[in-house]
Amino acid sequence: MSEVDTLVRAGPARPEPPPPMGLLAELTHRCSLRCPYCSNPLELDRRSSELTTAEWKRLIDEAAALGVLHIYFSGGEPMLRRDIAELVAHAHEAGLYTNMITSGVGFQPALLDAVAEAGLDHIQLSIQAVDAATCDRVAGYQGALARKHAVAADIARLGLRLTVNAVVHRENVHQIGDFVRLAEDWGAARIEIAHVQYYGWGLVNRDRLMPTRRQVETAMADVEAARSRTAGRLVIDCVLPDYYARYPKACMGGWGARLMNVTPSGRVLPCHAAETIAGLSFDNVRDASLSEIWYRGVAFNAFRGTDWMKEPCRSCERKHLDFGGCRCQAMALAGDASATDPACSLSPLHQQVVALAEADAASDRSDFIYRTYQGV
Amino acid sequence: MTAETTQDLAAQDLATIVPALPRGVRLRFDEARQQWFLLGPERVFEPDETAIEILQRIDGTRSVEAIAEDLATRFEADRDEIAADVMAFLRGLANQRMIDL
Repeated sequence: MSEVDTLVRAGPARPEPPPPMGLLAELTHRCSLRCPYCSNPLELDRRSSELTTAEWKRLIDEAAALGVLHIYFSGGEPMLRRDIAELVAHAHEAGLYTNMITSGVGFQPALLDAVAEAGLDHIQLSIQAVDAATCDRVAGYQGALARKHAVAADIARLGLRLTVNAVVHRENVHQIGDFVRLAEDWGAARIEIAHVQYYGWGLVNRDRLMPTRRQVETAMADVEAARSRTAGRLVIDCVLPDYYARYPKACMGGWGARLMNVTPSGRVLPCHAAETIAGLSFDNVRDASLSEIWYRGVAFNAFRGTDWMKEPCRSCERKHLDFGGCRCQAMALAGDASATDPACSLSPLHQQVVALAEADAASDRSDFIYRTYQGV
Repeated sequence: MTAETTQDLAAQDLATIVPALPRGVRLRFDEARQQWFLLGPERVFEPDETAIEILQRIDGTRSVEAIAEDLATRFEADRDEIAADVMAFLRGLANQRMIDL
């Protein structure tokens, strides 16, 4: 075989992807709250398997060298790590923009002063509802809302840039206006209103959480009204529920295009739900560098670009806009991670998905299956 | 209100408006990509050359007028035109809470 033949068979060289913009560092899966839509996997990493302080610091250095701009300290509850202030300081010194995604529950107030002192740029505080009864019930934790009010006051005292994270579903979707007013009261510059995404725990609880189409439409109008009212004062970002949508979400800005996710025990994922995709294996930072994993890793290259697409995505003019939607949702709903996300109206399965959503929305179940280490 | 007083007010405003990057917003040069970024909560802006020149002059003490004057001298351009451009740019960022005015 000639060299030319070999080159032809190998196909055109794949263009090198740009460096990642952000890294989600899931420091631990431990958390005081038990939200039934938790984005952590059903099978949670144990404390004994968590990366050490030294391993996280090495990872942070590699991320900075690779071109990561934002690091998100997340979990579980990242503030449960005893070395949290040390890790924030390390990331800050490495030049990264540091974000903390917290529930506000399970740590002493003084720790907030310590992370602020360490150079934290931005804190995201979750809230499950504006009333204590619903908030505490959804969080599965008595006194959660009261504690969050206290943490918000500490954040204001420290002058930290605050985002309020409100996850919405059919039990609190009518509270959007109230969430926005609470964010204003707390001095937030931004609020993220995210409809539950149905993976892992959310999928297990879908018939307890799914809103009706009418509720979703009202919620979208509520968001627009709040945007007009608070323009210039509060940034309102909204993550839409996609079962009722016409086109799917541009999940992660494209697979392996912008973000990396590191689990507590060091597995590196293209998104936090990627482990639900059967047959895909993931590299661990204990075995390879972040750079090797990003550029050469099997998982990161599995759905990069558009070559992997099937019809109707392959010939679709929107393929560079939404990248065929979400691979994990294609896995969950179509049983094939390279299928068109069934949230897309062009998917042959779309009508079935709409029917699923409508049936779940009509359910009167409210007995949440709470997140737990024992699994379901 | 006459056109003349409107202009006077505008001039006075520019001398008293002192832009500042709030806590949680950072301008940084990225070595990996060899370019400047303006970073904020869930936001990554890639400023063009003009924007970089403006952002680099924001220190929480200099007024919009002073910044415009500096840029007009440096680039030998019309001061009022520059001032208007700077103000429009800053208002856009302020609307997204990326700058305090």
